[in-house]
Amino acid sequence: MDLFSFRKPKNELESLPDEQQNTPFIPEEMWIKCPKCNTMLLTTDMEENLHVCTKCNHHFRMNGRQRVEMLVDTDTFLEQDSDLISTNILDFPGYEEKLEKARKSGSKESVICGECKIGGIDAELCVMDSDFMIGSMGTITGEKITRAFEYATENKLPIIICTISGGARMQEGILSLMQMAKTSGAAKRHSDAGLLYITVLTDPTTGGVTASFAMDGDIIIAEPESLIGFAGQRVIEQTIRQKLPKDFQRAEFLLQKGFVDAVVSRSNLKNTIVKLLKIHGYGKEAE
Amino acid sequence: MAAYDKVIAARAADKLTSVDYIANMFGDSFIELHGDRRYSDDKAIVAGVAMLYDTPITVIGLEKGRNTKERMERNFGQAQPEGYRKALRLMKQAEKFNRPVLCFVDTSGAYPGIGAEERGQGQAIAENLMEMMTLKTPILSIVIGEGGSGGALALAVADEVWMMENSVYSVISPEGCASILWKDSTKAPEAAEALKLTAQDLFKLGVIERIIRQPKTDDDKAIFESLKRLISRTFEKNSALSVEELMSARYERFRKIGRPE
Repeated sequence: MDLFSFRKPKNELESLPDEQQNTPFIPEEMWIKCPKCNTMLLTTDMEENLHVCTKCNHHFRMNGRQRVEMLVDTDTFLEQDSDLISTNILDFPGYEEKLEKARKSGSKESVICGECKIGGIDAELCVMDSDFMIGSMGTITGEKITRAFEYATENKLPIIICTISGGARMQEGILSLMQMAKTSGAAKRHSDAGLLYITVLTDPTTGGVTASFAMDGDIIIAEPESLIGFAGQRVIEQTIRQKLPKDFQRAEFLLQKGFVDAVVSRSNLKNTIVKLLKIHGYGKEAE
Repeated sequence: MAAYDKVIAARAADKLTSVDYIANMFGDSFIELHGDRRYSDDKAIVAGVAMLYDTPITVIGLEKGRNTKERMERNFGQAQPEGYRKALRLMKQAEKFNRPVLCFVDTSGAYPGIGAEERGQGQAIAENLMEMMTLKTPILSIVIGEGGSGGALALAVADEVWMMENSVYSVISPEGCASILWKDSTKAPEAAEALKLTAQDLFKLGVIERIIRQPKTDDDKAIFESLKRLISRTFEKNSALSVEELMSARYERFRKIGRPE
């Protein structure tokens, strides 16, 4: 107890503990700490900056809706197959509760698909959603992506897929594994029709998605520092019994090894996609 | 038999492996072909050409090895990207010479290692899935033991997929599933039930076309002979189709899985 503790506080502010007296009172959700450079960022600043740290360019995860909004021209996104919903097809214990919890995020499925305009150019767009079971690939995910490829093939549209996924959805067992073959087959038909497929790999893209449509793109773009790989890091560490290097399976590592075409910052992503679409001859009639 | 007992049977060390099937069905006609022409030869995959009665075929099998020494050499049947690339090279060769392709699947999964990731494990598997879907020659895949996830699927995008009566095929190992979902790998038997991974489960789910009576030893000549006849008839049937028919049937085979009613 210090000497003056008997003294009555003059005002409300003085009554606060010392460490709070000099800082303005701000609700916690207004601030977010950058996990890379530890800077405290105003959430609104971070969001306005495309969910990228204004200090160090760290890319925060974006959910599917936010990413759709970022990429498409305003009010041009026509969502498809939003009524397709995952069900517990194998009666897997606890899966319904998991689905219910995932839907509480406001997201209905692990991928959002639709037709849109990007820089005035017609395109098909699929965006996987980190908010829904970290983009895990179930049968509905595979079905929606396959339909998107088929729609794009039929309508001679280029397709852009932004991936985020922990891999196949084990609660749907072998049926989820088969989605890898199904989506790859649809991607092949789209490719054989001479149409452009761009993949945008975001943090994290792993497992069955990496080993299928994510790596099937004509052009493969990755966001900075995204984790991209087939096997999970924990599994690799357990197998080889050693720690993995820090940059292992990061976007820059894949670029160096020759598995992605370019690492592109979010601020430059839409612009890059538009340029690629134009170079492939799309959007000529719009000009 | 409970699902987990099937898992144990599928992994049994004394079970016949791809090289046994090849020796018993194709004998001296088999010529092994090595290498992916890009990096190395992956011994976890054994591949080559052989005669199925009067028909030349390409044979590709995931090989676990039959004793400790072989298992080390074969990396326990866990292929690296170059293994999948060797497989694809030989499938493309089969397409060129109009040979049907027969694949044997037996792996716990693609190898999870630093080198495998550096050389594009995901890309190698993805490329196989894409290219196999439109390979213009019949493909038949048989799971003879373990069908472990993407590493198995990379040899199983086929016109028909068959499974031995005591084999399993799953998106994840029951141990992996139990440890991720329930933080307890000893619950693998429960996970094995829930995953529906036995040949019998997959047949019911419409994911495979046939369950095959399993040869137990090299002496099961009659079983090998009937398997050979079955393979031959299937290739004959699919070789009679036009390329367009074959392609659309293979596409539809996978397209229908998980299509909502």
